[in-house]
Formats: sequence, C-alpha cells, structure tokens
Amino acid sequence: MAADASTAPNMSSAPNSGRASSLQRLARRRSTIAVLMTTPLLVVLIGLVAYPAGYGIYLSTLNRRMTGFMEGEWLPTGLGNFEILLESETFWAVAWQSCIFAITAVILKALVGFWLAHMLHHIPSKGQRKWRGMLLIPWVIPPALSTLGWWWMFDPAYSSINWLFQVVGIPAVPWLGEKWWARLSIIIVNVWYGAPFFMIMYLAALKSVPEQLYEAAAIDGATSWQRLRYVTLPMMANIISITVLFSLIVTFANYDIVRVLTNGGPRDLTHVFASYAFQVGILSGNIPRGAAVSLFMFPILAICAFFVLRGVTRRNKEQM
Amino acid sequence: MSAAAATNRDMPSLYGTAGSLRSERRWALIWAYISLIFSAIILLTPPVYMLITSLKTSAEIADQKGNPWIVRNPTLDNYWELITNSLFQGFFINSVIVTVVVVALTMVISILAAFALARMRFWGSQVLATGVFLTYLVPDTLLFIPLYQIVGGLGLLNSIWGLVLVYPTLTVPFCTWIMIGYFASIPKELDEAALIDGATWPQMLMKIFIPVALPGIIAATIFAFTVSWAAFVYPTAFITTPDQMPLTIGVVSQLVRGDVFVWGQITAGALLAALPPVIVYAFLMDYYIAGLTAGATKG
Repeated sequence: MAADASTAPNMSSAPNSGRASSLQRLARRRSTIAVLMTTPLLVVLIGLVAYPAGYGIYLSTLNRRMTGFMEGEWLPTGLGNFEILLESETFWAVAWQSCIFAITAVILKALVGFWLAHMLHHIPSKGQRKWRGMLLIPWVIPPALSTLGWWWMFDPAYSSINWLFQVVGIPAVPWLGEKWWARLSIIIVNVWYGAPFFMIMYLAALKSVPEQLYEAAAIDGATSWQRLRYVTLPMMANIISITVLFSLIVTFANYDIVRVLTNGGPRDLTHVFASYAFQVGILSGNIPRGAAVSLFMFPILAICAFFVLRGVTRRNKEQM
Repeated sequence: MSAAAATNRDMPSLYGTAGSLRSERRWALIWAYISLIFSAIILLTPPVYMLITSLKTSAEIADQKGNPWIVRNPTLDNYWELITNSLFQGFFINSVIVTVVVVALTMVISILAAFALARMRFWGSQVLATGVFLTYLVPDTLLFIPLYQIVGGLGLLNSIWGLVLVYPTLTVPFCTWIMIGYFASIPKELDEAALIDGATWPQMLMKIFIPVALPGIIAATIFAFTVSWAAFVYPTAFITTPDQMPLTIGVVSQLVRGDVFVWGQITAGALLAALPPVIVYAFLMDYYIAGLTAGATKG
C-alpha cells in the first residue's frame, strides 16, 4: 500500500516531458518550497522586530496622550520628547550610569572570565568538565531570581555579607543605600552572572590554539607571560572582541538586575536606559517618552552589532 | 616520575632547566586549583545562601543575633507552603504552558527556515541570514514599548498568549542562526545522494537533516527553553494580574509584598523556579555549552 502510494505521483510526473522541463519544475518547486519554509521566520522578523522598530520610532514622536506630534522648542515638532530628555538632568544621569555600568561590568567580566578559563585550561582535562559545570551555574539560574538572593545578601538590616565583614573587622557597607555602593552592587551582581559565560567562550577558544605554537614558543625560551602575550592573545583576539562587544550590547540593555536589586533607587541614581524607559513608559504611562528613552540605546547597540557581525564573518572565513 | 628523577641526577647540567620547568608546572597547577576553589566559593555562595535561608523559619530569619550562614532548625515548611499555594501553582503552570508552546513554535520556525537558508540558495537568502543574526543582537529592552502597544492593540495584554506571541523574538533568531551553522556543516554529498534516489525536499529534511543535526537541535531547544523560562522584561511589562503571571515575575512581584518580606518563602520560590533550567543543564551540560559557544564560533 505504502509503496504504491509513494510511487504513484512519480509515475504520473516522470514520463517523457523531457529533461529540461523537469529540471525547470524542480527549480521552481525548490524556490517555492524555500519561500514557504522561510515565511514563518519572515513573519517573526518583520511582524515582531522590524515593524515594532518602525512603530517605536513613530511612537517616540507623539505627545503624551498620543493625539498628535510632540512639540519641540528648539528641535522641530515630533522631536519634542528627545528635546525634553536631552534637557533633563535625570536622563543624563541615566545615560552616564548606563555607560559606567556597561563598560566596567564588561571589562571585569572579560578579565575574570579570561582568568577562570586560563586556570581551567591548566588543570588535567579529566577534572575540567566537573569544574566547568560547577562554575557555569550562575549563568544557568534566571538572573531575575538569583538577583533576589543577592538582594537578600545586601539587605540593610540582615546583610550576611556585612556579617562576614564584621567577623573580619571591616565596617558595615550600606550596599544598596548609598549611590556608589548601589552602583557597585549592580556591577558585582552582573559580573557574577556574566563572567562564567566569558569563561566558557574563552575556554573553547583556548582549546583551539594549536599546541605546537606553545611548544615552538617554549623552545625559543618564551616565558609564560610572553606565551600569553604573543601566542594566546593574538590567536584569541577575534573571539575576545566578539564576546566583549556582544556582552556590551546585552549589558548595556540590561534590565532584570537593576529592576530587582535597586529598582532605580536611591533617588533614581542607579537607573539604566532600560529600567528608566520602563519607569517612564509603562509605570508613569508616558509611552512616547519611554519609547524615546529606549531609542537612545540604538546608536551604541548598532555600532557594537556592526563590529560583532564583522568579527563573526571574518571568523567564518578563517575557519573555511 | 622516578625515571625523570634519575635522569636529573645523572645529567644535572643538561636537565636542570627541565626540572625547574616541572616544578614551575606543579606550582602553576596548585595555583590553578587554589584560584578555582576560591572562585567556585564566590560563584556558588548566592545560591547556597538562598538554600540556607529557604530552610529557615521566619522567626530564625528575623533573629539578628547569631550567624546567618547556619541553619539551626532546618524546616521544609517554606517549600511546602509554596507547593500547596494555588497562586504559585498557577505561576508554574503558566510558565510551563508558555515555555512549551514557545519552544515548539521556535523549533518549527527555525528548523524550516535554517534548512531553506543553508541549502536552497534563493534570492536574498544571504541577506536574510545576516538579518537573522542582526535581530539576535537586538535586545528585548529596545522594543518592549512598541510591542506593549502592539500586544495591547491585539487585546493580549495581561494574558499568557501575549507572551507566547512575543517570546519568539527572543528565541527564533539565535536558534535559526545556529541551525544554519549545523545544517551547513552536513556534507552536500548526502543530499545529492538523496536527490538522486528521488527524495523530495521535505523527505530530505525529515530523514537526513534532522537526524544528522540532532545535537544542534537539542542545543537550540535547550536555548529556547532557558530563554523563555527566564524571560523577565516582557512579562513584567505585559502582565499585571497574578493569575496570568509566569514564575519569574510571579516570584519577584507577588512574594515580595509591601514592607513585609517573607524571605524564607522568597528564596524557596526563587530556587524552585530556577530548578527546571538547572536540571536541564545538569543532564544536558555538553549540549548546553555547545549551544552557548555556537553563536560566535559557528554559523
């Protein structure tokens, strides 16, 4: 039965219509199938990314009640939201905080991740799997939930970290109460969460450096610092730049950690773009201005994305 | 060991440097272990401390005297109260429904698209593949406000189906991207052989590509699962009533009530909510890591 059913269409389509036309039909069928197969993807990309992006730009030009364009005093009508933001001190504080947070956190994550990967690479490969599995756990727990644990550890009255400090004789730290400590706390949590990701990426890259290069360097009498500087780093340069830029995008747009840990406080001084956009757009109900805050992230993200794409393309060419 | 020691004794002048290299290596190894133990302690402290807190009674947590790092009267009450709490059960069910539907949708969309993009060169396929990667780099916080309006316009605010609608923006681009990489690495000879044998394109996908690229599919599925389970921005923005909340936002917003923090329950809830991804990770670690590194190294 099954065999009959599957051969029947072949029988009807195969006969003497000639080689050229059947090839043509194949090509036609191939492209139609390809279009059919990519349609769901296109629906997602256009309907849920491209259209919202355009719609977001439109939204950011409207006034609060979305009845017309937002007037501007020195910027043309439609750019009023951007004008108000550029003139607001809070917004500039948010912009600075986003940059400080993203840059510090990414540099620290990259350094800690590189160091961890290096240490892991040193130990016998039998034990590596176990260690790697353990060290990646912070990355596996949803960040919104693990930040709750950090919040509890930073709690002003019950801070378990301060308890440990007190044992050693360090004075209690106002983790989330004071501006710079709160900023540092957010960075600490982000580094804790993200460093294992860097470790995994760098470990994979370290393993792909050919052993002969190190042997050659050792024969030439290179010290371990020179091996790192002249063999490891050049071989890993591409993957380092890809991960750093990628992480810069994700960290710059981070929301969960700030929302759970400080919710922007004390006095709106720890807001980053995402949490501020949320506060202005959703909580205060000024959707157009919230959209405008989000859009300020776009230039920086676009620059990073451009270089990531270039790095990935270059890497693919190298591997081929 | 002993042979090396013997050569050292016999020819000290020649192998002296080798011996020092060996001891240098040993010190490097010891140093590596010390730093790994140190960092493992730091990296594991928050979850362990959450576990410690979740095993305490509220009275013990409120007691400011004594060491907060030890449990004097361990109890599972916090876990039991959550498991029997219908609100928390609702969060869990919502999370499961959203995650299962999103993962299924994601895998169908991305496998079909990746197959077409990797194998059937057609007009614009190269541009589309680059576009997929670029959308993967678009963070959710950039577009959540217009999406809030769009979802609101469809009447899906405050509903898990609104989440099902928007979560694919988080999962589809990356899954498609790594599936393109996996499919592209399958030798062309395989599909030529299949074509000669008269296989149709769908047959080729089902009988060759999916079985051969199974590790990639598992990695992509794990990715889609962890991302939809952990998603936070969209549910925080779109969902306001507890009955439609998934676990992440449910634990963060509903267990933290006013000024009274029931930390035992909060930590227990957070750990329970984190359990599914951790279990998946524990059993499928190699696939998980393959998926993680695939984004930058493959494709």
